[in-house]
Formats: sequence, structure tokens, C-alpha cells
Amino acid sequence: MSQNKDPSALTIGIARGGLELKQFMRQRESVVFTLAFPIMLLGIFGSVFTNELTDGVTFSQYFVAGMIASGLVNTGFQQLAIMIPVERDFGTLKRLRGTPMPASSYFIGKVIVVFVTMLIQVSLLLIAGVLFFGVNLPTDPAKWFTFTWLILLGSAASTALGIAFSVVPKSGRGASAVVSPVLIVLQFFSGVFFVFTDLPGWMQQVAAIFPLKWMTQGMRSVFLPDSFAAREVAGNWETGRTFIIILAWLIAGLFISIRTFKWDDQR
Amino acid sequence: MSNVISVRGLKKSYGSTQAVAGIDLTIAQGEIFALLGPNGAGKTTTVEILEGFRTRDSGEVSVLDTDPSIKGSAGRNWRNRIGIVLQSTSDAGDLSVQETIAHFAKYYANPRDVDEVVAAVGLAEKSKELIRTLSGGQRRRLDVALGIIGSPELLFLDEPTTGFDPKARRAFWALIQDLRKTGTTILLTTHYLDEAEALADRVGVISQGQIIEISTPALLGGRATSLATVSWLSASGPKSEKTDNPTALISKLSADFPGEIPELTVKRASLEDIYLEMIGGEDESE
Repeated sequence: MSQNKDPSALTIGIARGGLELKQFMRQRESVVFTLAFPIMLLGIFGSVFTNELTDGVTFSQYFVAGMIASGLVNTGFQQLAIMIPVERDFGTLKRLRGTPMPASSYFIGKVIVVFVTMLIQVSLLLIAGVLFFGVNLPTDPAKWFTFTWLILLGSAASTALGIAFSVVPKSGRGASAVVSPVLIVLQFFSGVFFVFTDLPGWMQQVAAIFPLKWMTQGMRSVFLPDSFAAREVAGNWETGRTFIIILAWLIAGLFISIRTFKWDDQR
Repeated sequence: MSNVISVRGLKKSYGSTQAVAGIDLTIAQGEIFALLGPNGAGKTTTVEILEGFRTRDSGEVSVLDTDPSIKGSAGRNWRNRIGIVLQSTSDAGDLSVQETIAHFAKYYANPRDVDEVVAAVGLAEKSKELIRTLSGGQRRRLDVALGIIGSPELLFLDEPTTGFDPKARRAFWALIQDLRKTGTTILLTTHYLDEAEALADRVGVISQGQIIEISTPALLGGRATSLATVSWLSASGPKSEKTDNPTALISKLSADFPGEIPELTVKRASLEDIYLEMIGGEDESE
């Protein structure tokens, strides 16, 4: 009926991304919880565990790799699985559904928020790691290539899984109580806080199902010397398997999101 | 183009509970229509079907000549022409009034001017303030601003003044009356009878999933022809009399008194009295 041009889904999605980032930066909780907390953890663990694991590799270097991988999960999975139930509870989603905004614009906005906060977090962790914990940035371009696809693929999978998981919390208020423990347990199991090969076998096997273990292992392949690969479970970095498993989780996350996403909590 | 909303034989059940049990309704262009009814009467379900938020089991529904269950780009065109003010939304406290309205304007093909809408809802002075600093009444005005930013032909208002103090309610009514002048059709749901009376051209009373009467506020439930109660202070104390002919009674009384008839009042049943009678006091059963 109306002859005026509809703004495109992408244009609206980018506007949503900008708006949500503005909100993010204005919320002290989100800035502190999502961005500053991992840096604090890095400071505490890196200062307490100063031992060397092998020649030239300290625990803090090992830990920095794990925290960068965790950053992908914090900014994607954790952020969205808490934020979306809150938006559903507050009626934000229902209100958006009543406007001509295409559904895809909402998700484009979320991808932008995750991507930008992920870049900020990973950069902060890298800077802190290099300045205070003896992390050496790789010089081999192949390692930077691995790093690039790891953060892109890892962040994408984490985003999709966060949207998929957003139907689990029954209310916005309870969301962080449901989401955060899942994540903290997974971090313990996946070799973020401890050396993975020191964990009990069953814990390693549980962790190997989930993507975080593969992201941390991938980050170690980037930031630790190749000689360390011999100390991994398989005796090498398993780069191909890492790629396939994270990709599988991305596809599963997308599939579940499309099938189960709810704009409204009644019905 | 005469009927903006037309509904015939609308039904909707949740499990074994029939929420909407066959509703017929037409709303004309430019009309303000108030849907009244106790909680659980099927009011919200009916409106949400019209808004395209819920599916129906059976019946014909046309909103702006479109079936609200429409999806895709046709659905987008349709949504460009309607505005929805939901019951309560408490999001985005960290954005300013102006930022929020300007952002929503981007969703629409024909948005109204942002500053003009800010002024129309009376938030010009609060334009730069963060939403979380607004009072309840101001937030509701913002909700209306977001409902009208797309220059809708049809506006849904769901219990817009719940929790308002009387002054804020009057101010809000003035805002809605201004919208009427722009020719916007409005479907209003409310618990407040005085609100329906102040705003609506016609009122529909819904109870147990059915519309039990549609009328103008003045004529609802035979209100105009119901008995009037005339009260006054006689020499022997207060007296009152029910009559279907109050004018005759008063002219008789004025002959009995030399000057003013002391404490004279003429009262007809209020809309609320009529309404409570119609729904049989079931407003308590929430």
C-alpha cells in the first residue's frame, strides 16, 4: 500500500547494533561484568600461579590463551543468553515484533554487539597478557590466520548458542543464575583455570563435547610455542578437528535458534 | 475503506478453555472504540489476534483490509500502517527519550517528525533525559510516542493509564483526543469506565469470550432511559425519589419551595453501575 521505500533489514540491523552498543556502554554492570571481570581474573590467576609448565611456558601464558577463548564465550553465549530473556521479560521483544522491523535486523544488531564487545575484550586481554604476563605475540602469519578464524568462528558459534540458550531461563531476573554456573563449570572442565591434561579423564571427555575446550586448545596453538603441542592430549594441536567441532556447534546453534526462538513469553 | 477492523465469528481456545467464543466487531475509520471487560474475559486475546501476535482457531478477521496473520514483506507493509502500545514495557532505561523515538522512526517507511512527536506527547522538556529517570506517566507517553512515530492509520492502546494519578490521566486523555483530530482510528482496552466515557465513540463490553453489548457510552445498558434519582432536603429531612420523569418532579418541587430547592441532585446510573450489572459482578474473579 505505502509507496515509500522501506529501510532495508541491514540498515535497521546496523542501527540496532549501534543503539545496543550505546546501551551496553552506559550500563555499568555490563561494562564491569563483561569487560573488566576477565581482566581482573587474569590479574589474580596470573599473579598467584607463576610456575613454569615447561621450558619457556608459564602458567600465566597458558591461562591467557584460555581467557581469550573464554572471552569469545562471555561476549557471545553469556551476554546473549542473559540479555535476551531480560528483553523478553521487559516486553522489548514483543514491542519490536509489533513494528515493521524485520526479525533479521534484531539478530544483525546482536551480532554487531557481540562482535564489537568481543574485539574489545580480546584486545584488552592480549594487551594485559603481553604487558604483564610474558605472553609473546606470534610472528608466524599462519598463527595469525588460525587466530583470525578462531575468533570469527568461535564468536559466531557462541552467538548462535547464546540465542539458542535464551529460551531456557524462565525469567529475565533468573537468567544470569541459570547461565553463569553453566559457563563457570565449563571453564573449569575445559582447561581455562587448570592445565587441561592435569584434569581427571572423565572431565576431559565431558569437556571435549563442548566447544570451549576446542577454543582454548586453539588459542594455545596460537600463543604457545609449537614444542608445547606434545603436552596436549593428542600430542598435537588438532587444528582440523577444532575447526570441525566449532563449526558443528555453530550449525547446531543456528538450527536450534531458528526453531525455538520466542518473542513473547506467554502462550 | 469504511471499516478499519472487521471481525466475524472469532474463536480461540487454550486447551479446554475457550478464551474467545465467537466475537463479531466492526470499527469504522476515525473511530475511538473502547473494549471493556473483566480480566480473563477474552479482551487481551481478541486484541492480540487483531495485532497479529496470536493465531485464531476460526472466524474472519480483517484489519486495514489485511489478515493480521500475514507474514513477510506484506506483513511489513501492514505493520507500517498500525501502531501498538502494549500494556507495560520497561526496557531501554539507558537511552534518552529522543534517542529511542528517533531509533524507532528508522523502522518505518513514513515516519513522523521526531521532534514533533516528542512535543505531541508532551515530553519536549524531557527529550534529552534517560528513560529510567521518567515517571510512570511520562514513560507511558513515551510508549504512545513509539506507537505513533510510524504515522499509523490504526492505533492499539492496551490499558494506557493503569497506575496513573487523576491529573496524569486527564492529561493523557487530552493527548488521545488530539490524536483523534488527526483521523487515527483507535482501539482502546481499559478497566476504567470513566476513561471509556471520556474518550470512546463506542464501547463494547466483553464477558466470557463474547461481546454482550456494543453501544455509545451514553446509551450503554439502557442507561439513558434508566430511572433517575432526585434527592433534596425537605422540611422533614433528606428525601429521594426514583422517577422516569425527573423534570416533572422538579417542577412540582420548585412550586413547593419559595426559592432554591435545598440540596437538589439528579442522578442517573453511572456507566460503572451499568457495567457492573452487565458483567454480573464477575470483575472480582481475576
